[in-house]
Amino acid sequence: MPEALYRGEPLPVGSKGRLSSGWWGMITVIGTEASLFAYLLFSYFYVGAQTVGPWPPGGAPALGLAIGGSVLLILGSVTMWWGEKGVRAGKNGQLLFGLGASILLAIGFVVLEGIEWSHKSFSLMSNAYGSLYFTITGFHLLHVIVGALMLTMLFVWTLLGYFGVRRHSTVSIAVLYWHFVTIVWVAVFLTFYIAPRLT
Amino acid sequence: MAAVLTGTDALRVPVIARPADDASIAPRLDRIWETRKGLLGTLSSVDHKTIGKRYLVTAFLFLLIGGLEAAVMRAQLARPNETLLSPEQYNQLFTMHGVTMIFLYALPVLSGFSNFLWPLMLGSRDMAFPRLNAFSYWLFLLAGIFLYVSFPIGRAPDAGWFNYVPYSSLQYNPGINIDVYALGMVLLGLSTTVGSINFVVTLIRTRAPGMSINRVPILVWGTLTASVGNLFAVPAVSLAFLMLWMDRRFGSHFFDVAGGGQPLLWQHLFWMFGHPWVYAVVLPAMGIVSDGLPTFCRRPLVGYTAVALATVTTMVLGFGVWVHHMFATGLPPISLSFFSAASFVIVIPSAVAVFAWIATIWTGRPQFTTPFLFFAGFIVVFVIGGVSGFMTAAVPVDTQLTDTYFVVAHLHYVLIGINVFPVAGGIHYWFPKFTGRMMGERLGKWSFWIMFIGFNLGFFPMHIAGLLGMPRRIYTYPSGLGWDSVNLVISIGAYVFALGVLLFVINVWRSARHGARAGENPWDAPSLEWATPSPPPAYNFAVIPTVASRYPLWEDRLTGHQGHSSTSQGMLLDNGRETIGTSALDAVPDVILRMPGDSFAPLLLSIALAIAFAGMLIHSWWLFGIAAFISAIASIAWLWPEARLGQTTEIVRDRA
Repeated sequence: MPEALYRGEPLPVGSKGRLSSGWWGMITVIGTEASLFAYLLFSYFYVGAQTVGPWPPGGAPALGLAIGGSVLLILGSVTMWWGEKGVRAGKNGQLLFGLGASILLAIGFVVLEGIEWSHKSFSLMSNAYGSLYFTITGFHLLHVIVGALMLTMLFVWTLLGYFGVRRHSTVSIAVLYWHFVTIVWVAVFLTFYIAPRLT
Repeated sequence: MAAVLTGTDALRVPVIARPADDASIAPRLDRIWETRKGLLGTLSSVDHKTIGKRYLVTAFLFLLIGGLEAAVMRAQLARPNETLLSPEQYNQLFTMHGVTMIFLYALPVLSGFSNFLWPLMLGSRDMAFPRLNAFSYWLFLLAGIFLYVSFPIGRAPDAGWFNYVPYSSLQYNPGINIDVYALGMVLLGLSTTVGSINFVVTLIRTRAPGMSINRVPILVWGTLTASVGNLFAVPAVSLAFLMLWMDRRFGSHFFDVAGGGQPLLWQHLFWMFGHPWVYAVVLPAMGIVSDGLPTFCRRPLVGYTAVALATVTTMVLGFGVWVHHMFATGLPPISLSFFSAASFVIVIPSAVAVFAWIATIWTGRPQFTTPFLFFAGFIVVFVIGGVSGFMTAAVPVDTQLTDTYFVVAHLHYVLIGINVFPVAGGIHYWFPKFTGRMMGERLGKWSFWIMFIGFNLGFFPMHIAGLLGMPRRIYTYPSGLGWDSVNLVISIGAYVFALGVLLFVINVWRSARHGARAGENPWDAPSLEWATPSPPPAYNFAVIPTVASRYPLWEDRLTGHQGHSSTSQGMLLDNGRETIGTSALDAVPDVILRMPGDSFAPLLLSIALAIAFAGMLIHSWWLFGIAAFISAIASIAWLWPEARLGQTTEIVRDRA
């Protein structure tokens, strides 16, 4: 084998950080999921732009609960970042603590969203805005729930001693997804809660 | 040598071996990579070659089903006032013909080629995600069955393959027909998405050392471009179909005007997906030609870089032309002008590829074998389909021709021309790799000429029918409109074409049993897959090849090439299922990838998902719940960190 290609140095074996197929796989998952949300938001803006009359029909939605939810999700990303930093340094306790905090914050988000949903004066069936609102926030909510289940599995696997300073690519891959769920929320939040206030 | 391989440690220097010197290597790799015999092996195999062949055979069966549907329609349309089919039956037939050909044949057949060929062309032992590969196949098969589930009871999808609202809304189409289509497409979308993910990551991670990005075969460029395109495009159609299903069954208002929705939103989402998809089903096929043609012209492809860039450019532009399917919907003229201009621009990369192929033939020494005939025939048909596409890209021309048979002619020239002809040529070309035998040349040439003549006889007159004003999707027509003889000619041509396809199938069937045995490289071809036995062993390469040029097997006779590729000496990697991971651009080795073994999880997960979708179809929520729960369990089992994959901290000593 030519020297320029490979000098015979030892190579890592198996799933290693950004050299693992799983990490690249998650990037592509995020790419296709991001476009799913782009098409969802496109639908919102398209229907809004074509509507005669006020958009949103009942005025801009109240901010309180949504801001609360945003804070919880962003905090959950921070705790997860901190936990992942822990396992990189071999501190499995820090990882467990970060995972636990992020799961609790995610549950908090789901509860706040549930309260907001139950207080809406319209439903999926009321009009196009209602259909878009519940479908788009519902899609995001589903992602939060799936993400929280992933974090729960990581919690179990950490307890089983599967991860450590040398092996934690599964953690890094799932955390990537978790940050993505937070970023999607920011886009959803800006679309539904902030954009109507800018006109 | 075995003494060096003490275990799966965190770091290891790969052993460099020469299989010619050590007869124990092949049987050892066989034991590691072989799928066990019997039914259990069949259901759990993750071998990319097995999966590729399954894709090819399944897609081809769907082609035959779609062809039978077309044959019945052509019998109905052969004469005016024919009563062979009722309007309802005709609607279902033309819809299922389109759905079958476009979704269940055109892309899956190309996935078959790429699944089989990629690791062999790239010098790897499998795809990046072998289990995901099996999953994408099972899901494709089940989604195909799902889409046909209501066909026997006469309730198949019937609103055309692009399924416009309001015709497909509950009010005008109350049956289960459209629900089957909507949910089936979401299920199929999952299969396409995971397949695309696999191709993208395989390209980035698992090329042989030295196979830098400017040395990969054009088929790889084509499938890569199609896969990236699919990742961004498929969510649009999955979402549209989900919204439609919600409108129909949960009373939402995405597409109905009364509830404040927008019917045109459907067309936007559908074509935002639809047009990139058109390129996804042709670019890999164009890649087949770009890789096959040089073998039969005895020279490298003219303009490799230009063709690779044209492939990518076509897809990028393809995301900006969807409105040319909507010129007649009353959008503002300024946006029509933009999309018309963008559609014209696509001619440029297409022409680059065409001139590259012509120049390859012109300056080479063509050998008139069956694959060459199919590839050359493809170029002719592609040019005709391209010109009719150029015509309909002009707004005034399209306003006249939209929804007529002219468009039907155009899309068949494009899809049969750029997909079926290269696929038929590609099967002749790679048949020795698939089966170890050559396809019959005599019958092959007959099948080509009959297909080529029948195709042009059947589809060229459709241009004329369209110019005479014959609309698409009509189940019959009165006589006296001047359409009678042209339709008779179309039907005769269609049957001649079908006869050619039949001869091709007979040839495949016979050659798989009685064809002449093929050696490693019967065509004296240049790329890596021809360095393996025909058919290749389960492990593909006894040692990982090292690549030094675009045409590794022609290096000794091409001038101007530096360095030497090697398939006789390289990394052994026989410590369990392993292949080498290399850097994304230059393909420098940077990790030893541990590959999963055969598994039932992909099959179980696909069955559970299909049952969940069946539950949604019949509104059986407990069935949906159970199946969704099983899907979750199967996913967790699949993703459970495994020591032997190097996902946990444990150190395994598997060959002490």
